[in-house]
Amino acid sequence: MRRRVGPDQQAVPWPLGVPAAVAVLFLLVPLLGLVVRAPWRGLHRIVVESQVVDALRLSLLCASAATLISLVLGVPLAWVLARARLRGIGLLRALVTLPLVLPPVVGGVALLLAFGRVGLVGQYLHGWFGITLPFTTPGVIVAETFVAMPFLVVTVEGAFRAADRGYEEAAATLGASRMTVFRRVTLPLIGPSLVAGSVLCWARALGEFGATITFAGNFPGRTQTVPIAVYLALEQDPEAAIALSLVLLAVSVAVLVGLRDRWFSVGGAP
Amino acid sequence: MHRTTRIVAVLALTTSVLAGCGGSSGGSRATKPTSSLSPSADKLAGTVNVFAAASLQEAFKALGKQFQAAHPRTKLVFNFGPSSGLATQISQGAPADVFASASAKNMDSVVKARAATDATPFVKNVLEIAVPPANPGRITALDDLARSGVKVAVCQAQVPCGAVAAKVFRNAKITVRPATQEVDVKAVLAKVKLGEVDAGLVYVTDVLGAGAKVTGIPIPADVNASTSYPIATLTKAPNKAVAQAFTDYVLSAEGSAVLTAAGFQKP
Repeated sequence: MRRRVGPDQQAVPWPLGVPAAVAVLFLLVPLLGLVVRAPWRGLHRIVVESQVVDALRLSLLCASAATLISLVLGVPLAWVLARARLRGIGLLRALVTLPLVLPPVVGGVALLLAFGRVGLVGQYLHGWFGITLPFTTPGVIVAETFVAMPFLVVTVEGAFRAADRGYEEAAATLGASRMTVFRRVTLPLIGPSLVAGSVLCWARALGEFGATITFAGNFPGRTQTVPIAVYLALEQDPEAAIALSLVLLAVSVAVLVGLRDRWFSVGGAP
Repeated sequence: MHRTTRIVAVLALTTSVLAGCGGSSGGSRATKPTSSLSPSADKLAGTVNVFAAASLQEAFKALGKQFQAAHPRTKLVFNFGPSSGLATQISQGAPADVFASASAKNMDSVVKARAATDATPFVKNVLEIAVPPANPGRITALDDLARSGVKVAVCQAQVPCGAVAAKVFRNAKITVRPATQEVDVKAVLAKVKLGEVDAGLVYVTDVLGAGAKVTGIPIPADVNASTSYPIATLTKAPNKAVAQAFTDYVLSAEGSAVLTAAGFQKP
């Protein structure tokens, strides 16, 4: 997409302006509904109630753990996808980023069949080490990592591709080993993308619902994250659901504010 | 080259998604003209939306088939789920014609929201322990569920099967620490079928409906608890005639026979 930026910005023709205004309303009115219907007076009471705090603590813990795992495993994967000269790398990229487009519930079912107690891998985890992942907090982390890691991988992979190879070659000529080049030159070069990818991954993990409730079930304090608590609370205590939603909305706004320099610069160039 | 195939694929996907979206709403919109335009011996025509407790799934599908065979111009669309969730949807204005709840409590909330005026109890149901056929937890009685290390799935407390399960545990004076509280009874049953839990507390009817995929372990009558299922035609039912006819059919002797065969008890 080419776009002219500068003093010659045009007036908006109405065939574009009207649908654009509808789109803005469509995207913002639901959020407005949340804010307007919020039980502001009882908010403190609801948020202080233990279940909300438990769910929030669990959500933050699991999303952070999932991001950490995604960094440890995903950054090397991104490097391989961007730099390795292997046959079938395109297919590999398509396969590992599949969770990006896969409905999360499907991911949850797939995780059960793989890491469940009688699953492909899970039966050995259970038989040899006595580890079962479903219905446990580590199970939540596994589900969130599965869904969120591809967001980090695609962001960081793009950065690896775009990074100027000249610096790496210079470092190598000066005698740095390949790992030293990676650690001291490549990683700092892609720093901003690493941060953006991590935040994106973290936000996705925080909002994860489908894979989590399918794979890890629902138990307050152990596997009940905020999105699950919101969904279940809506049936019994809609005010609590609204309050919980506001908490997540606030977190999301904070994420956007954190990323504003990357995404809201005119022209979209990072 | 690649771009064209990709565009074609995206288009195909979009159209199929759009078709999927249109299908559900189109069905209910098509109802009105048929009923007024072509009167015949069987005046019942059109689509009704039946919101029913998850545990009624098999029995209501069978009832629906028979009802539609008797009235070929009608179409029943079922929405099975947790009674509490369905009650919320109805109170929020979901286009439902009939509501069959697995407990009086959830029906009461619908009545309170003025979405129904009177409800009739039509069956009763009791709980049973469902275990995977291999019985990995070596469960033989209710007390085994309280053992540490036994993974038990129950319904969440706000759905009828969760409330009944809590009552059963109270009656038996045991403390069960469930591994998970599932959204509805079918979700509990699924976790048992998959072998992910050692036992699940489900209705007698669910064990019967699951066939050989799970094994049932009865709960002694003196500690077991039951829940009563009320059914009501909703006040804002878009197709009241067919809705009432289906409700009547569920309450009829013929309907009751199907429900009894599925393991439900008389109210």
